[in-house]
Amino acid sequence: MIATPLAGYLLVAALVFAIGLAGALTRRNAILVLIGIELMLNAANLNLIAFWRYGPHPEAMTGMMFAIFSIAVAAAEAAVGLGLVISIYRHAKTTDLDQINRMKG
Amino acid sequence: MGIAFYIISALTVCGGLAAVLLKNTVHCALALTVAFAGLALLFLRLDAQFAGFAQILVYIGAVAILVVFAILLTRGSDTPKDGVFSKTWLAGLAIAAAVFSVLGWAVLQAAPWLPHETVAPNVTVNQIGEALMGRYVLPLEIVAVLLTAALVGAVIVAMHEKEGAK
Repeated sequence: MIATPLAGYLLVAALVFAIGLAGALTRRNAILVLIGIELMLNAANLNLIAFWRYGPHPEAMTGMMFAIFSIAVAAAEAAVGLGLVISIYRHAKTTDLDQINRMKG
Repeated sequence: MGIAFYIISALTVCGGLAAVLLKNTVHCALALTVAFAGLALLFLRLDAQFAGFAQILVYIGAVAILVVFAILLTRGSDTPKDGVFSKTWLAGLAIAAAVFSVLGWAVLQAAPWLPHETVAPNVTVNQIGEALMGRYVLPLEIVAVLLTAALVGAVIVAMHEKEGAK
């Protein structure tokens, strides 16, 4: 069915990316939107590692290093994003994105 | 490919689907943990041991716990009366479906030319450490500064506003 293992991993990554995108675009709760973004970042990491594994020069470790740095940056993003959500909640008393429509409190 | 790949992929996709579809936000966070674990297993199957264990430590150990804390601090576990999905959910779903169909089409079109099974690369943690201290030392330092700045910034943003300090 699927010609190569790489294609299988790429399809799984595309599916996880689409699920994350759907979650980020359709959920109302700001934390669930962040969860969708984390899923998308993870799908990108899976692509990087799959291409590194089946690429022509895996011994150069470029793809895996990129994924490791990407994991570190995603951790920083999660911390800042959730801090912002808590701050907005304290101000607006809600995390419903349909109700938060002003930048100025 | 092997049966293990299909089982882990199904676990990952089901975890992701549950994370975006469930009503209770705490259940979403737990399903997200399952999806992260499945992705870590896929990393391990791709012979990226270090990235797989970093994924377990950072995502399951830190990000998932952070999400649970944020949910509990914001009382996000209360299910809203007018549904959990946004008013524009149909457009969002259409965009996601379009993105997936384009990505899937591209992968399936390119599948016959993608490289086949190769010898598993033998990358040890020793080599990763030497690469981080040698070729990748500048990105490492930048990530260190970024993490410090992000954590200080997160604390300042989430810190309690002082009374009358507006």
